[in-house]
Amino acid sequence: MVDLIWLVPALPLAGFIVLIFAGRRIGEPGAGWLATGVMGGSFLATLGVFIDMAGRSSHDRRAVVTLFEWIPAGDLSVDIGFLVDPLSITMCLFITGVGALIHLYSVGYMHGDDGFARFFAYLNLFTFAMLMLVLGDSLLLTFLGWEGVGACSYLLISFWFTEPANATAGKKAFVTNRIGDWGFMVAMFATFFTFGSLDYVDVLDASTAGTVAQGTATLIAVMLLVGAVGKSAQFPLYLWLPDAMAGPTPVSALIHAATMVTSGVYLLTRMNPLIADSAGWVPDLVAWLGVGTALFAATIAMAQTDIKKVLAYSTVSQLGYMFLAVGSGAYVAAVFHMVTHAFFKALLFLGSGSVIHGMDGDQDMRHYGGLRRFMPVTTGTFVVGWLAIAGVPPFSGFWSKDEILAFAWNRSPVLWALGLLTAVLTAFYMTRLIALTFAGEGRYAEQRPGEDDAEAATRRADHTPHESPRTMTAPLVVLAVLAVVAGFVQLPFSSSTGWLEHWLEPSLYANEVHLGTGGATQVLLAAIAVVGGLVGIGVAVAVYMKGRIPREPFEQPILADAWRIDRSVAAFMGGPGRRGFEAANRFDGQVVDGAVYGIAGLVRRLAGVLRMFHNGMVRTYATGIGLGAAALLAWFLTRSTL
Amino acid sequence: MVVTTGWYLALGAALFSMGAVGLLVRRNPLVMFMCVELMLNAVNLTFVSLGAELADLGGQLSVFFVLVVAAAEVVVGLAVIVAIMRRRPGATVDDLSVLGG
Repeated sequence: MVDLIWLVPALPLAGFIVLIFAGRRIGEPGAGWLATGVMGGSFLATLGVFIDMAGRSSHDRRAVVTLFEWIPAGDLSVDIGFLVDPLSITMCLFITGVGALIHLYSVGYMHGDDGFARFFAYLNLFTFAMLMLVLGDSLLLTFLGWEGVGACSYLLISFWFTEPANATAGKKAFVTNRIGDWGFMVAMFATFFTFGSLDYVDVLDASTAGTVAQGTATLIAVMLLVGAVGKSAQFPLYLWLPDAMAGPTPVSALIHAATMVTSGVYLLTRMNPLIADSAGWVPDLVAWLGVGTALFAATIAMAQTDIKKVLAYSTVSQLGYMFLAVGSGAYVAAVFHMVTHAFFKALLFLGSGSVIHGMDGDQDMRHYGGLRRFMPVTTGTFVVGWLAIAGVPPFSGFWSKDEILAFAWNRSPVLWALGLLTAVLTAFYMTRLIALTFAGEGRYAEQRPGEDDAEAATRRADHTPHESPRTMTAPLVVLAVLAVVAGFVQLPFSSSTGWLEHWLEPSLYANEVHLGTGGATQVLLAAIAVVGGLVGIGVAVAVYMKGRIPREPFEQPILADAWRIDRSVAAFMGGPGRRGFEAANRFDGQVVDGAVYGIAGLVRRLAGVLRMFHNGMVRTYATGIGLGAAALLAWFLTRSTL
Repeated sequence: MVVTTGWYLALGAALFSMGAVGLLVRRNPLVMFMCVELMLNAVNLTFVSLGAELADLGGQLSVFFVLVVAAAEVVVGLAVIVAIMRRRPGATVDDLSVLGG
């Protein structure tokens, strides 16, 4: 079965090729079903490989399937090949699984859109690139996928490109990611320079054998971290992710919540031996960066009014948790949270898409309210996602978040305290979202502040929100079930219930930190986390459902403005930054180009003088020849000694 | 009176001068063309005269090259001139300076 791994990325690629050439002819809904079908096939292929791998012993669970040599260049030889190991298969399972559900959902969501077939072509291309990223057997192949998902992200964020804001958001995502890509490339150069190879197997085995100098490993690890920070939207490169919400909601669910943004975490987990070899401050940096981002983004999410913006900042925050896990040496917990997050965040995003669909494209939560009456399935599944992300047992988010917090405690109590605070805030803002959207009375028909037209509210009242079609609710139900049960793949009760840990063992090279089985501390920590989550929920209920506490103190303008960072960056780039770029541009225009143009101008002027002799008068030329001949003759006669 | 080599050389020089002056003073393309031929043949005459005088075959040999080049030139040149004259009867070479671009 393992040899069939090439089918996994090949199917979405085939889907893309068919759709990009014949998509318009296939039309709606055929194009959507085709795309969903290839994703389902890809998932089944992954499942087959998984079952094969799961039956093997731990040292046998790594295989390299090489298709052909891609770049033979001197010492550098890069193959198109797949590294099939527990980590890549875990990633593939949820990429293809969640991906197939989101494709199915999109059939309903994109109904009636002009770019229906184009949308599915891009989605398939994205999945192909993402699968190459995780399956590639070398850093370069991963980089190929890394750039591929970036390009697809750009294409899909600006999918409705006739709106200038969407096009700008796509560009912003692309440009911000370039900074991260730079880090990735430097890391690749350093890796090739050190190991003479870019293949994971060579690099990781050499690194595990301890043949790498600490300084080199530190450089590579830090540069990989720069790449991961860009792709996984960590501080300070998170700026693109909230804007990326300009794309269609299934795109936000697939790319900007479940899969692409986790590729930074994947990369760091994949390269864990190098992090183990690097200086001690590197894991600390990862952990502090992660927890800082988590807390920072959670505070912003508290005051957003756009439902997708709340979820976007929530995603940044949850990715911060994963970085905290990686920094704490808890790679299993990082992957665990990645999986559970993929389920519940995809669920929440798709649920928000269903709400937006039902509200005719309105994304402002202040206009929602009371939607539970109109959208029962969406409400039910959304509540499951909410409980999962808020860390209420036994939902999946509880288990994965708790595992991360336990490891954070092991690393430093301060990290744990900040992580806990983030968990409380997470419970708070998600409850706020639920309260504003589904609870209370419907506000969709109310007069809105700043709205002059009194008729508008009446017109809206005629058009009640509605539940979404089956193709959209079915994926919600499946994801809701997964969001409940996904936590059971890694239970902390004893070492034998940590199935995910045993499964991932061959990918982690014994770099996973092991907690002492001092059960009492862990239970106490878990209890505190649960209480914290419940406090967050309780406060939000008191504020937004009961109205006992005024909401203004929680919705500080500075939080709604995302700590003014985006604005400050824009102001800096628009002011001093722009002047700097303009100065550079002037230097280029006047000094560099000036030298080139100067030489060209000199030649031109000289040629202008010579042109005067070339006037087209044949007899003038003849005179010239005659005079020249006479002069030569005179010279020979006077000078020669004939 | 013995016709020595000097006579031939003098005739060649006279023909060449006539051709050169004709080339400079006339503006009719066809006449200028004939002047060029005159100059070429004056040089040919000089070649064979000196070849005979110095008993060197190189002189006669050079004439063949000149003749071949002149023949080729006539083919192309006459064709161009006829074409121009058809399109612009009475054109002078000075008028044709517009072809210089």
